[in-house]
Amino acid sequence: MLTSYLPPLAGGVLIGASAVVLMLFNGRVAGVSGMVRGLFTRDSFALAERLLFLAALVAGAALVEQWTGMSPSARPAFPAWLLAMAGVLVGFGTALARGCTSGHGVCGLARGSLRSLVAVLVFVAVAMLTTFVVRHVWGIA
Amino acid sequence: MKRVLVLLVAGLMFGAGLALAGMTLPQRVLGFLDVAGAWDPALVFVLGGAVITAGVGYYWVFRRDHPILDQRFHLAGEGGVDAALLAGSALFGIGWGISGYCPGPAVALLAVPGNRETVIFLGSLLGGMLLAGLASHWRAMADID
Repeated sequence: MLTSYLPPLAGGVLIGASAVVLMLFNGRVAGVSGMVRGLFTRDSFALAERLLFLAALVAGAALVEQWTGMSPSARPAFPAWLLAMAGVLVGFGTALARGCTSGHGVCGLARGSLRSLVAVLVFVAVAMLTTFVVRHVWGIA
Repeated sequence: MKRVLVLLVAGLMFGAGLALAGMTLPQRVLGFLDVAGAWDPALVFVLGGAVITAGVGYYWVFRRDHPILDQRFHLAGEGGVDAALLAGSALFGIGWGISGYCPGPAVALLAVPGNRETVIFLGSLLGGMLLAGLASHWRAMADID
């Protein structure tokens, strides 16, 4: 039973190690929402660096998904408007909070930031409440 | 040039980690967020493994004066908890709880060709970020007047 949690643990360690590599060499936070937000910048050098990280992220995910044979598939019964609304909320919310699961969740907690701890507690609690409503009250899965 | 190599290696590790952890599968993520269903604690291991690894690594990295390839560490100031942090995190939580995608897995969707959720979710995520940029721009304009 416990072995089924080895891939999640190994994946987490790999994500954490990525954050350490990026900080040790480039002095940058491995925050994905910040990288994406940074694509709307006039600084073309920073833009290229962020694009490179994001492209490598996609390649890394593709390689492992090829190997495990597990990649995300579309949920046909999931309403497109609801998915679009969720996307806007994730984009708007992470921009306002200046961080997401990686920037606040991994990097922020790892450096003992109070702001990040509060952000994580809020978004995990609100996400759990939301999933409850969507799945068990509205019956959408 | 060395910075480019670092970005490539770190990006590959990050994406591989997400996929290995099952974070790229929204159903797996929702299985963790759905505490009233058949709760899947996998994400505790993902976040735990990531935070402990990064925590130990950062502790050691921040003993340096500056990063190996830069003059300084680029860190957000510890500005304290404000309304934007609370409201933003709550809105993000709603979107994450609906879809099962946070920004990393949303970007990783590009690894799978022909998934309709990629265009819908990533497109609206970018739209949401632009909207937030416009909102802060308007607020800054209002402050000047």
